[in-house]
Amino acid sequence: MSTSTVGPEAAPATGGGAGDGAPGDSGAAPHTPASSVAGTPAASDAGAGGASGAASRTRLRRGLPRGNLVSLLLLPAAVFAVFVGLWYWVSEVLLNDQQRFMLPPPHEVVRIGFLDWSNVTSMLSALKLTCEVTFAGLAIAMALGVTVAIAMSQARWIERSLYPWAVVIQTVPVLALTPVLSFFFGFALTSRIIVCVIIAFFPIVSNTLFGLQSVDQGMHELFSLHRTGRWTRLWKLQLPAALPAMFTGFRNAAGLSVIGAIVGEFYFKQGEPGLGTNLSVFTSRLEGERLWATTLTASLLGVAVFVFFGWLSRRVVGRWYQPDRG
Amino acid sequence: MTPIDTSLNEPANRAAPENGRGRGNGTRPANGTEPANGIRPALRFAGVSKQFRDGTVALVDTDLTVHPGEFVSIVGPSGCGKSTLLRIASGLDRASGGTVDLASRGVGYVFQDATLLPWRSVRANVGLLAELEHLDAAERRRRVAEAISLVGLDGFERYLPHELSGGMRMRASLARSLVLDPSIFLFDEPFGALDEITRERLNDELLRMFVLRRFAALFITHSVAEAVFLSTRVMVMSGRPGRVKVDVPVPFGYPRAPELRYSPEFAALCGQVSAQLRSE
Repeated sequence: MSTSTVGPEAAPATGGGAGDGAPGDSGAAPHTPASSVAGTPAASDAGAGGASGAASRTRLRRGLPRGNLVSLLLLPAAVFAVFVGLWYWVSEVLLNDQQRFMLPPPHEVVRIGFLDWSNVTSMLSALKLTCEVTFAGLAIAMALGVTVAIAMSQARWIERSLYPWAVVIQTVPVLALTPVLSFFFGFALTSRIIVCVIIAFFPIVSNTLFGLQSVDQGMHELFSLHRTGRWTRLWKLQLPAALPAMFTGFRNAAGLSVIGAIVGEFYFKQGEPGLGTNLSVFTSRLEGERLWATTLTASLLGVAVFVFFGWLSRRVVGRWYQPDRG
Repeated sequence: MTPIDTSLNEPANRAAPENGRGRGNGTRPANGTEPANGIRPALRFAGVSKQFRDGTVALVDTDLTVHPGEFVSIVGPSGCGKSTLLRIASGLDRASGGTVDLASRGVGYVFQDATLLPWRSVRANVGLLAELEHLDAAERRRRVAEAISLVGLDGFERYLPHELSGGMRMRASLARSLVLDPSIFLFDEPFGALDEITRERLNDELLRMFVLRRFAALFITHSVAEAVFLSTRVMVMSGRPGRVKVDVPVPFGYPRAPELRYSPEFAALCGQVSAQLRSE
């Protein structure tokens, strides 16, 4: 009975707005499942509709990388080659023998920094420590940032009173804070983590707040019609809706927290050395090879956490949120 | 809490069934536009006015009654306060004057957009309002399954909104309200963004649900044909500030066949309503 008058709907999905209509264009991804099922809304053959929807999705997934392989791997590799070339040029041509310690050629950096075993072990233990500072700082910044953003989203006056100070925390030169931080927290791990939190805090607050406030008015009204309390509204509407923005914030903060950890270690040298401590030491000793090896390692750590959060974001919200859809 | 001017409301209501009887005798269902004396209306506006803070007057002295089992459509020029009327009925906005009387069993509000939560599957979206109203899980599951099948979305329970066509999203939105079995549905141009074919199909579907569930409905639309096809009564509103100008009874019985749209009587009635709109 319920399905007797149900027929196909010719309506294309309106989301995304990829209306270029090029047949077989992988850019039409979100449309294809809809159009393939639109012919079969009747319950009796809904299974077939579902199957063809899934089939078209796998076809798209296979089709996507073909065009992107070049742009994903070859182009960055080309830039890398240019970069290495420039490096050699500066090192071998621009700098004379006395100046070369400032930028030793890449193969020397690799040989001394990455292939000398004693250097590698000390680098790895420094990397481990920097990772600890990074993740501790990031975790604290995430907890603190999300909490503060939620508080701001609940009352205008909280936002008004706190947001300017969040901006100040972002813009204050950390260098200026080092004496105060050392007075309260000493010259070791705690101060390093706090520098990290200060640097990573703002992008989390601003993105989370933006996400919480970006919820569609219609959705809010839907919840209002049912006299939904603020916590239910937060939990079922605002937080899920904010997730994509939150992950953007986390990803940016993750990259920044590596910088924060390095900067923190640079100033607060007590205790075990991290990558930042080593940077400072190698700079003063004019050990160019180890300095550059450490610099590269630090950037790779930054890239790694950035990529990790990008991946996590796609895992968590990628199923329903496609920013570059169409 | 007595309505300010019920007297104004009465003639319009009384006129409706008489007219209807005169024209479409025999095809009318037992219920419908009867004033239903003694039965509480599903929705009643008496002398309702609305002035916004910026001074805009959206509604003046509006009277409107929707009886249980009645499908009332409102057509009117853009900006005549149709949506405001609906928002007041639902409680999203407050009237500046007059009385609004709403049956207690709750309101199903169907928005212009489907307003589905993009991270929830069709099933979870359809269950949302039941969740907000704290229905217990077993009851919720039962009602959700029933509503999904009533709107013809069987097999699509696990799909996400962005995987559905516009029409299917609207079906899911309808199902979400159906779950709570409200005594009155408020429709704010729900099919306005859809193409003609989908819109007509969803109109047929909506009437099938109406016949099954016999809820009261207040339906806002720009389309005269849609209003006439769906309704027991069509109300024409005047331009800003808005008020109900005429109340045109629709004599066709339910269920209505899709072919009704091509009958001369249907065309004549549409012409009549359009003329009222044009005389604005």
